[in-house]
Amino acid sequence: MGGVPSTYAGTTDVLTLLVLLTEFAMLRAPLLRSQIRLYAFQSLVVTVLAIVVAASRHVPELYALAAVTFVLKVVLVPGLVLRLMRKADTDLAGSSVLGVASMIMIAILVSVFGFVTVTTLHLHSDVLPTPTLAISVAIVLVAFVLIILRQDVVSQAVGFFSLENGVDVASLVVAAGLPLVVDVAFLFDLLVAVVVFGVIMRVHHGRSNTLSTHDMDRLRG
Amino acid sequence: MTASSVLVAIVIVPFVVSVATFFLPVRMSKPLTVATGIAVFVLSAALVPRVLRAPIRVGGTLQADALSVVFLVATAFLYATTAIFAAGYLHLEAGRSGTRYGRLFYSGINLFCWAMVVAPVVNGIALLWVAIEITTVISALLVAIDDTEAASEAAWKYVLLASLGLGIALLATIVMYYAGTATFGPAYNLSYAKLLAGAHHFPPAAVRLAFVLAVLGFGTKMGLVPVHTWLPDAHSEAPTPVSALLSAALLAICFYAILRFYQVTERTVGSTYPRDVLLVFGVASLLLAALYLLRQRDLKRLLAYSSVEHMGILAIGMSFGVQLATIGVLLHVLSHAAAKGTAFFGSGSIVRKFGTKDMGRIRGGIGALPWSGPLIVAAILALSAMPPFGIFRSEFLIVSGGLSDPHDAVAAILIVLVTIAFFGLSWFTSQTMLSPDPRPGGTPDKVVGTPDQVVVTRGEPSVWIVVAMVIGLGALLVLGVHLPSQLSQLLDQAARELGGRR
Repeated sequence: MGGVPSTYAGTTDVLTLLVLLTEFAMLRAPLLRSQIRLYAFQSLVVTVLAIVVAASRHVPELYALAAVTFVLKVVLVPGLVLRLMRKADTDLAGSSVLGVASMIMIAILVSVFGFVTVTTLHLHSDVLPTPTLAISVAIVLVAFVLIILRQDVVSQAVGFFSLENGVDVASLVVAAGLPLVVDVAFLFDLLVAVVVFGVIMRVHHGRSNTLSTHDMDRLRG
Repeated sequence: MTASSVLVAIVIVPFVVSVATFFLPVRMSKPLTVATGIAVFVLSAALVPRVLRAPIRVGGTLQADALSVVFLVATAFLYATTAIFAAGYLHLEAGRSGTRYGRLFYSGINLFCWAMVVAPVVNGIALLWVAIEITTVISALLVAIDDTEAASEAAWKYVLLASLGLGIALLATIVMYYAGTATFGPAYNLSYAKLLAGAHHFPPAAVRLAFVLAVLGFGTKMGLVPVHTWLPDAHSEAPTPVSALLSAALLAICFYAILRFYQVTERTVGSTYPRDVLLVFGVASLLLAALYLLRQRDLKRLLAYSSVEHMGILAIGMSFGVQLATIGVLLHVLSHAAAKGTAFFGSGSIVRKFGTKDMGRIRGGIGALPWSGPLIVAAILALSAMPPFGIFRSEFLIVSGGLSDPHDAVAAILIVLVTIAFFGLSWFTSQTMLSPDPRPGGTPDKVVGTPDQVVVTRGEPSVWIVVAMVIGLGALLVLGVHLPSQLSQLLDQAARELGGRR
């Protein structure tokens, strides 16, 4: 490619990286509440990204998508999870298997691995002038680290939602022209998934009186 | 009725019934669900001759070619038989079937089946993803519906792992979309016809990435090793009708999604690459499942691992890249659906009779269950590929296809591992079903096994269960002994759609 990146490429790069950095912040956030607030912030960045893509690539449908994203992911989903936590009223600090430093180290290694792997595939084209795809794979991998190393249902659910944000970043930049119907179907599915996660979290809490997944080891073999 | 209206009816009717059963009392939901299941199966079968003439398209969203109809018929068959089985199974839940549980159960089952019949007939990989995601959320709730600690643990693992897998599958869909932008420009839809028409010009690296992500993502829900870990838990803790649907229908639907990616990938980069990917996952699944089958004590987990085994066989069968083996794979989808459904119905009968899934505590099953006992033995033998049942025929086709390349050792590995799995399954059969009857008045001096085994009286829990099992075994016999000619043409045509050497 070479040359100075365009304003569009620069802006999307910054926003995508911001999503990745938020993912790291979620990894080190000790309190579940702050983790959920970080998720809301991350979703806000995704909303801004949708507006930027809509404006610079002239895809007016993406404005509608940005609005739906904002309502669902910045307001509704964090609100639902926070409400659930108020009801549960226990285990406010998340439980991680490793210390913060080791978790961050693992996440850095994993995200570098994802970034380098996808970059070496040389997927650049006119449609994709940025390393967004590589960064979003890194976001997905860090979300996996978060889910694996945290042992409570809230962190794991929020980890999944943020993984979905990572895929969303890719779909906005890589597949901006995806029909709006499909985008909305994706979001609707997310909403349903949130409700189902909520229901099962409540069932789990009602059964075992904890949000921890530590005792989820009876089924094996 | 025209082909399009049949297709539209298949997509609309179960959804309407699902809404209706949420409000109706259970005694009305029961016959309504059975009637709907049978109607959907009849309609799906009616599509077979029509799709042989030409693919069916309804607007931009629905389409059915031979490949779709194979999976549609398998799912609809399970819908019908599971509805019959559930009518008997739920009746035995004392005090439960008349309550909120019954309404949620029937509404959920119908909605789950709706999502599964919609998945093979939507047009395009994006809509397919949406349909499969819907199956995940509904079935996760159905796994948790029993509201026990084990069920909530299983449901949590299932919903988390399956959602993560589908997150990866969504990434695969987006990468595939990106691959198409080089040919079609930045805005187009992901319909199959469009993808297949342009696939020759797609950038190979992007398509390869999309295929691996799709196998990993949809493979999580299909139960491919090493991303199968949710499967035995969810299958064993769900109510048995849900286990049957998960195991016999849903896993195959996820395989269908992988096949759709396979079609595109094969046109872009040739068949060697996607075949190798499937081979690795297939052998790993078959190996691990065969070993776990040898040491399993929980009846429903045994059947769950048998599903992992059969999904491995499907992946290996596709990896041969020979049309004979591909026909075998598609026949295997049908016969596995019938055999696994029947085996789970039988396990429901056993669990109801003995009140336990622990095979160490079940003895003399064939004596206690005069009808379903022998039927269970037959179903398990069918699952381990005994003639004259359908799985024997499909595995025979797969192995013959694999042996057409004399330097390829994979067919030999397949035979060895399937034999190990056969040992595991037949050990179960002889231990629990064919063992001496421990009933008082039997021959107590010959009783073997642990002292805590359950003693029961002779008799069937429900006639509905027996009816469902007879239908399943009947279908297996038809598939194994004499394929109806239209069905055989359907399999041929679907295999041609998937490509491969003649």
